[in-house]
Amino acid sequence: MSTAIEIPYNSTERPDTGLYNAKLGVWLFLASEVMLFGALFSTYVLLRTGADTWENGAQIGLSIPLATINTLVLIISSVTMVMSWASLKMKSLGRYKFYMGLTILCGVVFLIIKGFEYAHKFENGIWPSTSTFMAIYFTMTGLHGLHVIGGLLVNSYLWGPGSKMWQTDPERFTNRIEVAGLYWHFVDLVWIFLFPTLYLLPGK
Amino acid sequence: MSDIHHEDVHSHVKTYIKVFVALAVGTLITVLASNFHLGIVVGIIVALIIATVKGSLVAAFFMHLSAERKPIYWVLILTATFVVVMVGLIMFARQDQQGSQQGIFAVPQGHVPAHHAETPEEAHKE
Repeated sequence: MSTAIEIPYNSTERPDTGLYNAKLGVWLFLASEVMLFGALFSTYVLLRTGADTWENGAQIGLSIPLATINTLVLIISSVTMVMSWASLKMKSLGRYKFYMGLTILCGVVFLIIKGFEYAHKFENGIWPSTSTFMAIYFTMTGLHGLHVIGGLLVNSYLWGPGSKMWQTDPERFTNRIEVAGLYWHFVDLVWIFLFPTLYLLPGK
Repeated sequence: MSDIHHEDVHSHVKTYIKVFVALAVGTLITVLASNFHLGIVVGIIVALIIATVKGSLVAAFFMHLSAERKPIYWVLILTATFVVVMVGLIMFARQDQQGSQQGIFAVPQGHVPAHHAETPEEAHKE
């Protein structure tokens, strides 16, 4: 004798906020993420201004071509992510699966390329303890990589077993894809700043 | 954005493609600009301006911030305020670390520190 409790406002908007609850919740989560990465970018500035010399990424072996490809891969994944949401708005689960599959593929490609970069560093004896620059490089790209992995797990669930919700509650499922997209775009946005900061800025 | 109509989605898709092209071009411009030895200050400013424009495009169109409800904007304004305070405090602390006499953490002239810095050996003698 169990009674299912209906979670309110997960497909309709709350009258006071004008938002469904998941969207406001994800934006609050992203606000905390802004503080997290903001603290790390501040740390970068503090370390850089406090150092007598600072390396340029390319001069110490960071691969700008690979990072450029990775930037383009993440941008493509953002487009496919938003297209997957648009596909659901156009009532096409098949197109949603196609675009979400591409998003997941792009995320995997990003991690593989990042893995090559890391492996290359380790083979050359470059570790986080090698220099202050490498410490902040591994910290920021490592944390970003963990976010990509987290996004991949969520997107994979929503592509696979989670997509069954489309049959029972399509509006709620569409909202789920929108908030998963908000997170994924944020991860892309962070990389847009990480790329020039770590790879392209001149040394001193 | 949850109240978007079916027919609006087609126009949105066209916008997404345009934003994608702008982001790709922006990425290539960033890489090309880094090859023109612009100097430290100009190089940093150019790279961060391009990154800010690209980030704004992602936020405005992919994250739908160009047409969002007020509570979201308030959350972001509050977040931006806290980020500015956090970065500001770190910069002030940096200024203080450098021994500058400017800034809110500057030590007044003639001020006697409350604690003497002791080496472990000196502390052990006592």
